[in-house]
Amino acid sequence: MDYLTLLQILDSTIRLSIPLLLACLAGLFSERAGIFDIGLEGKMLMSAFFSAAVAFTTGSVWIGLLAGILASMSMSAIHGLASITFRGNQLISGVAINFLAAGMTVLIAQDWFRQGGRTPSLEGSARFQELTLPFADALRGVPIFGPLYADLISGHSILVYIGFAVVPLSWWVLYRTRFGLRLRAVGEAPEAVDTAGVSVIGLRFAAVAICGVLCGLAGAYLATGLQAGFVKDMTAGRGFIALAALIFSKWRPWYALSACLLFGLLQAVALRYQSIDLGGFVIPVQFMDALPYILTVVILAGFVGKAIPPRAGGEPYVKER
Amino acid sequence: MTDTPAIELKGISKAFGPVQANKDISIRVMPGTIHGIIGENGAGKSTLMSILYGFYKADKGEIFIRGKKTEIPDSQAAIAAGIGMVFQHFKLVQNFTVLENVILGAEDGALLRPSLAKARDVLKHLADEYELQVAPEALIENLSVGHQQRVEILKALYREADILILDEPTGVLTPAEADHLFRILDNLRKEGKTIILITHKLREIMEITDTVSVMRRGEMTATVNTSETDPAQLAELMVGRKVLLRVDKKPAEPKQVVLEVENLRRTDSKGVERLKGISLHVRAGEILGIAGVAGNGQSELLEVLGGYADATGSIRINGEEIDLTGKHSDGQSRRARGIAHVPEDRQHEGLIMPFGAWENLVFGYHHDPEYQSGMLMDNAGIREEAAGKMERFDVRPPNPALAARNFSGGNQQKLVLAREIERNPDLLLVGQPTRGVDIGAIEFIHQRILQLRDAGKAILLVSVELDEILSMSDRIAVMFDGQIMGERLPEETDQAELGLLMAGVTEQTDKPAIDAINEQLEAKLAREEARNG
Repeated sequence: MDYLTLLQILDSTIRLSIPLLLACLAGLFSERAGIFDIGLEGKMLMSAFFSAAVAFTTGSVWIGLLAGILASMSMSAIHGLASITFRGNQLISGVAINFLAAGMTVLIAQDWFRQGGRTPSLEGSARFQELTLPFADALRGVPIFGPLYADLISGHSILVYIGFAVVPLSWWVLYRTRFGLRLRAVGEAPEAVDTAGVSVIGLRFAAVAICGVLCGLAGAYLATGLQAGFVKDMTAGRGFIALAALIFSKWRPWYALSACLLFGLLQAVALRYQSIDLGGFVIPVQFMDALPYILTVVILAGFVGKAIPPRAGGEPYVKER
Repeated sequence: MTDTPAIELKGISKAFGPVQANKDISIRVMPGTIHGIIGENGAGKSTLMSILYGFYKADKGEIFIRGKKTEIPDSQAAIAAGIGMVFQHFKLVQNFTVLENVILGAEDGALLRPSLAKARDVLKHLADEYELQVAPEALIENLSVGHQQRVEILKALYREADILILDEPTGVLTPAEADHLFRILDNLRKEGKTIILITHKLREIMEITDTVSVMRRGEMTATVNTSETDPAQLAELMVGRKVLLRVDKKPAEPKQVVLEVENLRRTDSKGVERLKGISLHVRAGEILGIAGVAGNGQSELLEVLGGYADATGSIRINGEEIDLTGKHSDGQSRRARGIAHVPEDRQHEGLIMPFGAWENLVFGYHHDPEYQSGMLMDNAGIREEAAGKMERFDVRPPNPALAARNFSGGNQQKLVLAREIERNPDLLLVGQPTRGVDIGAIEFIHQRILQLRDAGKAILLVSVELDEILSMSDRIAVMFDGQIMGERLPEETDQAELGLLMAGVTEQTDKPAIDAINEQLEAKLAREEARNG
């Protein structure tokens, strides 16, 4: 494998990692606050559709992004209402959101655009363009570093850079601010937060809202950055892989970055080597497509070690005397 | 000292549906004193304190803090009024450091660093002042229970509380830790803090409080100066009738060995060895008491003997070896060999809470032919038998159809005892028979266990209550860190000696530790003398 191929694989690793990373961090905030969220998939899907639909209609990808975030947050609000206010089962609420999103996006898409449940292709300012970082072209000639900078580091859409910036930001918020301390506490021991005179419900809604924003970014990136428009079920299980990455990373931001890059790499390799000829026996395309998912299961089952979820996760908080 | 009470409650009433938890309660606590509140479970102590800490709103009544009428709608208001609470079950974040727990909810700004620095200073200061030493950077989950409790007290003091409420603070402590806690409380009192101590242990009330209020069935039955009362009077006020505080028992008449345990070892799922070669025996007609601080292998010992944990070593019942790991190692096979088990955790292991009393009274024995009627269970017969058992064990209310969770702690325990004792076992394993049980029911449960002993059965009693161990046992074995530290006869030992063994201190191993603890005991005696004189 030559250097350029390697760069290409890494480049697509980055592109494929970003939606996972944003969704994973979304789940991190929610679950750290004690609200399990298997509805990441549904929120991303909602955001993907609404960002694409609104971007197409208005011609502005930024308005599309805003719409995507709002759509995702409204799903968060439903999840919060069901699992925080009404103390419902968080898994059931999450499943409901996934079903709701899967059905509603296609239904509305068909009603609005009549293209078989997809949005029209996005062009120009209705799509996030690749940014060229300063000196990218000038430095291209420098050996080793030049192509690395020009092809790998430069040339992504703004959401990619935002995605990477969210990692240190999340770490800082969680471990260096009052809000982060309380958020982590409410996922571990809500009774401690409550007796300290801080609102458990308020904190959990804040966490769920942050989860909505990040899922919104992830979904918008899928439909308006990575691809040019919404297609049915375009999240393709990324919400669940993000959950796997979350467990793999043991609910910590920097580890989440590595986990998502790993899963992104698996997808990139599968995309690049669609069929591998092993001298007579050709590994089928279907197997390569399934490989990232198979490896997800293998990694989770065999290599995670002991992952301790937030202790109060999944449990609605009921005040005791 | 002023004449204004630190706390005054006037006519507090609170009802939950038809249950009147607090009825017209009034109380005055002067600053710089320790006020005890004593009462049985369900007497309304915790409800009253929850009202004071803003968890519940009283239906009627007024609260005055330092003479000023104060509304306490939530915990925040309680904290603002200078009230701190140390709950029975600690409200700590296990994987946070001590500092993080202390500042949680009382941070100075949006960023943590300045708050942490300030808390570090304050904690250092508090540690020197009140003997409240804790490592500020330690994670809570790595701290002993006694230290965790100190963190709870520090949390309150960090919020500048000058009224401190402690709910059953010594339930989880070793005798030495409890002594240290009382020393801390004494220091706080000297600094002018007001302390309310909720407990059901008469000894603690007599040892540390200045005044004491007794609650029964939601009402305050009396408030007296501690120096003018005695345990017998307080017990009578609590229960509403004369109570036998001492267990009345005949000398044991031990016969043949029923249970013989040799070199029993058990390693738990985390790879930690919980039983490190236990050897003991129990004879027919005697009670072997196992003393120890919770978590030193007593639970594992009961689990292995009761048949729901694997182990290596040997257990013999009436001379016959028992299967320790194979398919005959389960509760069912153990019961068939004449072992009955009253587990430590009656709500999870002893009973199925949503099921009726009659069902709970046959669990474990429900395969017996006598409970079958053809292919079905003989439910009518089981119900009838249940009614008889409930009557003989004075379970109240005597309603076999009522779900187990609707009985009080004491009556739940009587259900388990009735089931196990009425099977007439050769060996009875009893774990914490009176934990969370009212004083009146304790007397009954102790009598029943003694009756079984006098009927020539072997009894293994595990309890963290030293009083119970000392009064019930014919021999006492002390467990520490999965080992038996020593065996004593109850008439030849005392709380202090057992307390040392429970802390893992034997004369040979740890002379300095003994000296340190002796010093503490002497200091305590000196303090008591100073207070009395």
